[in-house]
Amino acid sequence: MPSVKRRVLPGFSLSLGYTVFYLTVLVLLPVLACFSKAASLTLAQFGAAVWTERTRAAYLLTLGTSLVAAVVNVFLGLLIAWVLVRYRFPGRRLMDSLIDLPLALPTAVGGLVYASLYAKKGWLGRYLVPLGIQAAYSRLAIVLVLVFIGLPFVVRTVQPVLEDLEAESEEAAASLGATRWQAFRRVILPPLCPALITGFALAFARSLGEYGSVVFVSGNMPYKTEIAPVLIVARLEEFAYGEATAIAVVLLAISFSMLVLINLLERWSRGSEAHV
Amino acid sequence: MKVHSWSCAVLAGVLALAGTAHAADSLTLLNVSYDPTRELWRDLNASFIAQYRKDTGVTLVIKQSHGGSSSQARSVIDGLEADVVTLASFIDTDAIAQRGLITGDWARRLPNNSLPYTSTIVFVVRKGNPKGIKDWPDLVKPGVEIITPNPKTSGNGYLSFFSAWGSVVLRGGSKGDATDYVTRLYKQVPVLDSGARGASTTFVQRGIGDVHLSWENEARLEVEEAKGELEVVSPPISIRAEPHVAVVDASVDRKKTRGAAEAYLKYLYTDAGQEIIARHFYRPSSEAVLKRHAATFPSLRLFSIKEIALDFPDAHKQFIAEGGVFDRIYKPR
Amino acid sequence: MSDAQDPAWVRWSLTLAAMAVVGVLIVIPVAQVFVGALGNGLGAYWDNLFADADTRHSIRLTLTVVPLALGANLVFGVAAAWTIARFRFPGRTVLTALIDLPFSVSPVVAGLMFVLIFGLQGYLGPFLRRDGYAVMPYLFSLLGAGLFAGVFVLFRPTRPRPRGSLWNHPGLVGLLGSVAVFAILFFAQQYFEVWPRDQSLKILFATPGLVLATAFVTFPFVARELIPVMEAIGDDEEMAAVSLGANGWQMFWRVTVPNIKWGLAYGIILCNARAMGEFGAVYVVSGHIAGQTDTMPLRVEKLFQEYNLPGSFAVASLLTLLAILTLIVKTGLETRSPTEGPHVD
Repeated sequence: MPSVKRRVLPGFSLSLGYTVFYLTVLVLLPVLACFSKAASLTLAQFGAAVWTERTRAAYLLTLGTSLVAAVVNVFLGLLIAWVLVRYRFPGRRLMDSLIDLPLALPTAVGGLVYASLYAKKGWLGRYLVPLGIQAAYSRLAIVLVLVFIGLPFVVRTVQPVLEDLEAESEEAAASLGATRWQAFRRVILPPLCPALITGFALAFARSLGEYGSVVFVSGNMPYKTEIAPVLIVARLEEFAYGEATAIAVVLLAISFSMLVLINLLERWSRGSEAHV
Repeated sequence: MKVHSWSCAVLAGVLALAGTAHAADSLTLLNVSYDPTRELWRDLNASFIAQYRKDTGVTLVIKQSHGGSSSQARSVIDGLEADVVTLASFIDTDAIAQRGLITGDWARRLPNNSLPYTSTIVFVVRKGNPKGIKDWPDLVKPGVEIITPNPKTSGNGYLSFFSAWGSVVLRGGSKGDATDYVTRLYKQVPVLDSGARGASTTFVQRGIGDVHLSWENEARLEVEEAKGELEVVSPPISIRAEPHVAVVDASVDRKKTRGAAEAYLKYLYTDAGQEIIARHFYRPSSEAVLKRHAATFPSLRLFSIKEIALDFPDAHKQFIAEGGVFDRIYKPR
Repeated sequence: MSDAQDPAWVRWSLTLAAMAVVGVLIVIPVAQVFVGALGNGLGAYWDNLFADADTRHSIRLTLTVVPLALGANLVFGVAAAWTIARFRFPGRTVLTALIDLPFSVSPVVAGLMFVLIFGLQGYLGPFLRRDGYAVMPYLFSLLGAGLFAGVFVLFRPTRPRPRGSLWNHPGLVGLLGSVAVFAILFFAQQYFEVWPRDQSLKILFATPGLVLATAFVTFPFVARELIPVMEAIGDDEEMAAVSLGANGWQMFWRVTVPNIKWGLAYGIILCNARAMGEFGAVYVVSGHIAGQTDTMPLRVEKLFQEYNLPGSFAVASLLTLLAILTLIVKTGLETRSPTEGPHVD
């Protein structure tokens, strides 16, 4: 315990006590319930529940689509952040506000709309399906909807960093004879990297757990387009609570490690910013 | 003191909220049912409430919950206090009975093994039936895309599976032939929705697939809605679907609604009830009413589950459960 | 900024590309919602929203569940931000990381967790079903204890009080007070049956379960917004207020709140938007009772399942309008306080 120096500001024990209490009751106890239910399985049962061909397909799909969507978001997010910060054009403020829409829009609405848009008779589907691009009820559909959801994360992480970039380094590079592309690669991109990585990690983590929108657009075919959360619900509905919880625990472990990684990344990026 | 009166007001408000948390259950029944039956229960409830009021003077409120049949069973097991369950199959209702929520030999409590109506699986095809689908073997013709829900999560789904299986073994095919048949069939399913409605939406709204293996009543509704774009084709053989109805003893005893719940289910067997059932394209158990509506219900060979397995739970274990036939044949494309 | 540095063709192609991306990913879907909703005319749109009793109820339900979840998370957010931003203590980093935990839980898993606790097959389910209201005296005395503590911390006079004054014995007062509250409620329950006896306390498949699931999923939003804001502002003003004799409440209301109000507003808006739109967790704990436990997003799904695409889009449009409103308010907030810029998740 720290030395007797009395805290000047009031309310420490009360706010700490309430914070811990609320956190325990609302978050920790449910997570504990999940783990304890999963622990009621023997090791063999646990293994059998979480490592079947169908679950492996689900993890792979969840991880894979989230990864692809996050990578796509890095490029798109960088593009949009660049354009928003560096250029002036009509509609810029509107575009800036719209970027946050995926954060505010309910996941079910997003899913419903994406399913309608890219279906055979949809506004966009009617052009894409004849071209062989099945953007509804497919893995592409999942990636598309996850890109939608993760877009704001990259944009909003990169924007402040871009805004803070000092013009002097670029001007120095230009005066030393660097082409625009070289300047971009050597001078602008490096300080952006931490932000890009953080944005990537945030988009990735967000996509891992996404249910509401994916369940509308994916078709939920086992082994093919069934993401892990859908598999958990499917297990639940087969009255296999233990197994559903086991898969949930695995998913939790993956996402929580992502979260720790993000926190570390954020700390690292803040640290490296200090060097600039 | 200002603070004191303010905190008193808050406490009073919270107390009031807490006090209102229990609703007046005695006049409300909860009917937990499966997906396609929304319209049916809407009409049945209106009619029964009027009848019950005439008989007893009590005005009932009947709440409906709909979802995938197994999903609904799971919810009831988890504490959704249904007064009656009207699910798609014996398996789901039995799962609830296994947990002790329905006691005794529940199926025998009502006439016809607790079946006020039965149904079956038929085909819905596009206008003009371009792929010429008339019978089960036609489904696996190359290029035919079939829409059917996931047998593991949908009553419609596993009934379609059983029908497909039965169509082979009951016509002289071996188990190996049947396995081959269903393997080919599910290879030609582009989208495996988790529920009957999802599959309907996929087929009708999304325009995917050439044939939809659907509940008979859903098929009729789909075709009516589609205004000529779709047709119903009844295969010569199909399974007899048995959507049992049951009172959930644990709930009605606790909520003291047994009288109303039992009257509710008994109403389904009355002439008025059976008429509504027939109007919604469910096969009424009353012979007389069925005869009156013979035009809507072509006579198919409706085989009972006992012809391909011991009973529904056994069929489910063999074919649908973890490690069963479906798991063995269903692989990603 | 560096307008002049990039050649015009680069500027325009990048801008158009960005616009195309935003257009396809965001604008067209939003347009689809409204076209789908209004496709049959304004009259049908209105009917879809307000003529159907179940849809009306779902709107009312969302408007009940969300403020409750939001309020709970708001109080927590302020408390957590106060603890973490203003004090140093062992375990501070762990606490901060734990607050982020709900972000890494898939909503479906969140719903599953509550089923594991409150379901009939779960840990608390059978007890709640048998005689759930028996917990009420305990809950309320806990609430009472919290209120006593809160009153003490917030309103304790800063000038020293005479020996016998109640303010000098918080522990004693708190303990006696809570015991008194408990005793009163306990006996009231036994003899006057303030709450129903041997009745089921419905948590799952009823509104409390929906509130819990929504609160869990939106748990971190307010806290995560407030912590950086409070850290950035620093505690000088609050220290000054305390040294000038302000008690807890005065310091909080007159100094802290005005400083954090934009962060607070932003956190509330985000939390609100997410809570209104939450689907996965609520789907698992809802029970799908039409007209009773369907929130708006669930109603969207149900109408979709019922072939009623215009109805589904109508409710979706309402949610989308809310999302757009959220954006407008957020942009307005940003222009008001450019320095205390809101932070993304």
